Amino acid sequence: MSAAPHSAHPHEPSGFAVERGFLVAFARDARLAVRSKGEVIQALAFFVVVVSLFPLAIGPESALLKRIAPGVVWVAALLSVLLTLPRILANDHADGTLEQLALSVYPLPLIVAGKIVAHWLITGLPLALLSPVLGLQFGLESRELVVMFASLMLGTPVLSLVGAIGAALTLGVRGGSILLALLVLPLYIPVLIFGAGAVEQSMAGIDVSANLSLLGAILLLGGLVVPFAVAVAVKISLD
Amino acid sequence: MSRTDMRIFKYSSPAMFFPLAGKLLPWFSALAVLFGAIGLYLGLFVAPEDFQQGEVYRIIFIHVPAAWMGMFIYLVMAMYGVMALTFNTRLSAMMMEALAPTGAIFTALALWTGALWGRPTWGTYWAWDARMTSTLILLFLYIGYIALINAIEDKKRADKAGALLVIVGSINVPIIYFSVKWWNTLHQGLSVSVTSSPKMASIMLWGMLTMAIACWMYAIAVSLARVRAIICERERDRIPGQERIPRRETTAGNAVASS
Repeated sequence: MSAAPHSAHPHEPSGFAVERGFLVAFARDARLAVRSKGEVIQALAFFVVVVSLFPLAIGPESALLKRIAPGVVWVAALLSVLLTLPRILANDHADGTLEQLALSVYPLPLIVAGKIVAHWLITGLPLALLSPVLGLQFGLESRELVVMFASLMLGTPVLSLVGAIGAALTLGVRGGSILLALLVLPLYIPVLIFGAGAVEQSMAGIDVSANLSLLGAILLLGGLVVPFAVAVAVKISLD
Repeated sequence: MSRTDMRIFKYSSPAMFFPLAGKLLPWFSALAVLFGAIGLYLGLFVAPEDFQQGEVYRIIFIHVPAAWMGMFIYLVMAMYGVMALTFNTRLSAMMMEALAPTGAIFTALALWTGALWGRPTWGTYWAWDARMTSTLILLFLYIGYIALINAIEDKKRADKAGALLVIVGSINVPIIYFSVKWWNTLHQGLSVSVTSSPKMASIMLWGMLTMAIACWMYAIAVSLARVRAIICERERDRIPGQERIPRRETTAGNAVASS
């Protein structure tokens, strides 16, 4: 054994490092997303349509619309991310790729972390980038638009993280999408409260750093813990 | 490992636990009835009328124990979830499945009695108060767990998936509670809150605690009964003395096929 200390695994590629598991999964999912741009654009279109429904339902009174804007944008972002959650794992599960990834030399938590980051990059980030335009439609000021953008930048990664647990638990389950919503939406409530709360506080002229700090804290905690939980959930589903 | 340890672990096997649960069941049922009777007597007849609220406050004797049990049972489920995932014991997951409906019922009961109490005292059935909102979210968590384990057909996978979900949910419960609390203070404070009500007379407190014990005994009794049903459903043939229960045969064709 001492003669070949670096060959712990028989199929180990040359220059092998476990950290590459993250990049491998990330690059693969990002490439797949680039090749099917339609899905990314659909989620964005859904976000815009849902937000636009509220003025139509409530009426064009600008003071009221401005008042509800943070909540409307955040709820729409929540639903939009929810609809894209199956993309993290379900397609790979359906064609067997996920099983191969789980059997690969790379640690599963790193692989799912790569997939979650890729998911955020193609769903959460575009939502955050688009949100100032929607905020303008609701008459938000520039400072409030910046806070909304910041809250979505901090909050949407948590939506991808927590959603990944639900997505992993419901892999291949009958009626999975409704079930996924039922499991994940209650867990999204803190992010919704702090995210929309930050924008409301900036509208009231209060310092927003408390809410944004809490969002950041949830993101750090989630980023640390959730990949391991998702890896456990994937193993449960593949058993 | 000593002999006594072995004897305790013996009961982590569903087949061994089944008769034990059957023996404990009548005792916990009797205790539930006994404490329930004492608690109701104290609450409805002995405890004085409230100075401010009159007779209506007496709903506290079911409302508060129900709210306690709703929260407590979720924590117990999370504890069983950790055991199910780390020790891989089937019985832990079965206990979770047995506890979930009771926890959900207590949580719903807390919300319902709260609404009935809120109407005459606060003037509203529902307010977006921190406690009420987090209790409602707790009910959603119960419903999510029950929906998940029922949707997964493979029982082994359902057990483990449910265990992980409840563990994740229990980590979220404090975060949800504080987020809702801070969200509530941001919007508006309630004019009347439970904590600001006048100090409770000791007889009222005793009535409430007795009712809490009654609810506890009831929860244990129905969970034992339910876990017996779950064990019977899944592992009937492994239970000593129960193998002879005939399989339910819907048609003659099935009976022939199974024999």
